[in-house]
Amino acid sequence: MTVSATEPTATGRRREDHGVVPGSRPSTNESATAPLSYDPELERLEIELLLEGIYRHYGFDFRSYAYASIRRRLWRRIEAEGLKTVSSLQDRLLHEPAMMERVLLDLSINVTAMFRDPTFYLAFRQKVVPLLRTYPFIRIWHAGCSTGEEVYSMAILLEEEGLYERARIYATDINEVVVHRARAGIFPLERMQEYTENYIRAGGTRSFSEYYIAKYDGALFSPALQRNVVFSQHNLVTDRSFAEFNVILCRNVLIYFARDLQTRVHGLFHESLVHLGILCLGSKETLRLSTFESSYEELSSAEKIYRKVR
Amino acid sequence: MIGTSWGGLNALSRVVAGLPATFALPIVVVQHRSPDAAGFLAELLQAHTGLCVVEVDDKRPIVAGYVYVAPANYHLLIERGFFSLSTDAPVRYSRPSIDVTFVSAADEYGRRTVGVVLTGANEDGSLGLKRIADRGGYAIVQDPATAEGAAMPRAALRAVPKAHVVPLDRIASQLISIAPPRPPAEYRVRAPLT
Repeated sequence: MTVSATEPTATGRRREDHGVVPGSRPSTNESATAPLSYDPELERLEIELLLEGIYRHYGFDFRSYAYASIRRRLWRRIEAEGLKTVSSLQDRLLHEPAMMERVLLDLSINVTAMFRDPTFYLAFRQKVVPLLRTYPFIRIWHAGCSTGEEVYSMAILLEEEGLYERARIYATDINEVVVHRARAGIFPLERMQEYTENYIRAGGTRSFSEYYIAKYDGALFSPALQRNVVFSQHNLVTDRSFAEFNVILCRNVLIYFARDLQTRVHGLFHESLVHLGILCLGSKETLRLSTFESSYEELSSAEKIYRKVR
Repeated sequence: MIGTSWGGLNALSRVVAGLPATFALPIVVVQHRSPDAAGFLAELLQAHTGLCVVEVDDKRPIVAGYVYVAPANYHLLIERGFFSLSTDAPVRYSRPSIDVTFVSAADEYGRRTVGVVLTGANEDGSLGLKRIADRGGYAIVQDPATAEGAAMPRAALRAVPKAHVVPLDRIASQLISIAPPRPPAEYRVRAPLT
C-alpha cells in the first residue's frame, strides 16, 4: 500500500485543557433541549407519541430506547429544522418520508472511531486472541457497527495476529445508510492522526499508514481488509439471531437502549454465542445489572470482555 | 451536580472532604479530563471522603451516599432514578459535557436539583447551571477569587447572576445547609452495586 503522509508521532498531540477531545470530531454548540416554557411531562408524552407514530407508520421501533438520549437527538433535529415543538416534528416526519430519513439518521447513528478505547484492543490481543487460536474457524458478529471504523480495526488486529484468514466478521447495523458507508471503507483523513495514536496504544505491530491510501480528504482502507467481512443490515430490536458466533462485539450500542430492551438483546447475544464464546461490551456497560450475569465469566473486568460459561 | 475542569481535582477533594458519609443527596461529578483517562479520579476522590465514590456504569441507579463520577469520553445523562451514558459528539469540545448533564438533571428533577460550578478554564457548565436555576433549582458558583481557573465560574455567574457565590472552603457547609436531614425516599434504595 502507498504510504500517504508522514506518520504523526504519538506525542505530537495538542491539548489545551483536560477533557478537550482531540481530532476534528464534530462538536455541537446547540443546546439540544426543550425551550424553558416546555412542560417536561408534556414533552415526554409528545416524544412517546412521536416514537409510536414512527413505529406504526414506518416500522422503526425506538420506543424502548433510553429517553434522555432520544430527547437530546430529537431536539437537535427540531432546532435544525426551525421547528418549535415535538408534535410539529411528528407532523412533518409522518407526512414527509425525507424528514423521516433525517430523523432516522439522527436516532440511529452512533459516534465511533478506529481503535476506540485502545486498551480494549490491547486486552483483546492479550486475553482473547490466544483462545481464538484454538479454533479452526472463527465467526465474529460486530453488532451495531455504525460506519465501520471498529470493524476495520478488528480486521487489522486479526490480520496482525495471523488469524484473519480463518475469521469471518459479520458486521451489522440497523441503518442501511451507515452499512453502505462502512462497506466503502473511507474515513476522514483529518482523523488519521488520532487513529494512528489509538492504533499504537492498541498494540499495533506495523505502521498504521500501511492500511490506507489518502485520496482527497478521505483515507481509503485497503479492500483486502474487507475480504472476510460481510456487512449487512440487522435490527437488534426486531430481528432474530442469524448464526452461532465465537465472538460478539457490541460496544456502546446498548447504552442507547432502556433496561428492558438491553435485557432482550442480551438474550439474543446469549443464544447466538457458542459455549465459551466471547462477549465484548463498551467499557461502561456491565452485565452486573442484567439477568445474564451468571451466564458469563469475566476475562477482563476493566474492558468488559466476558466468556459464556452456561 | 458538580461541574469542574482545570484545577478540579483539588477543588473536588476539598468539597467532598467536607461532607459527612450520611449526606442525604446523591452527588454527581462531571470533570473534564483526557478522553483516555482511566478511573483514577474516583480513586483519588475516595481518599478524601466517607461517601462511596464510583465511576458511573450505564443504567446505574441513583441513590444517596454515593459520589458518582462521569466517565471520561462519555456524556452522562440523568434519567428518572438512574443514569444513561452516550457517546454523542462532544459539546463545546467536551465529553463529558457539564452542560449536557446539568440540563438533563434540571429537566428530570427540576427544583430538587442543586448545581455547583467550580474552577475551570473554559465556559462549560454555564448553560446547564442556567437551566437548573430556571427550573427552580439551587445554583452555587465557586467564588472566582478562590478558583485556580476563574473562567468557568465567571462564565457561570454571567449566565446566572443570582447564583450563590461561595468560596471553595465553604461550599461543603453550604451544601449541608440546604440538603434535607435524611435522604428523600427516591434516593433511599440500597444500591445493588458496590
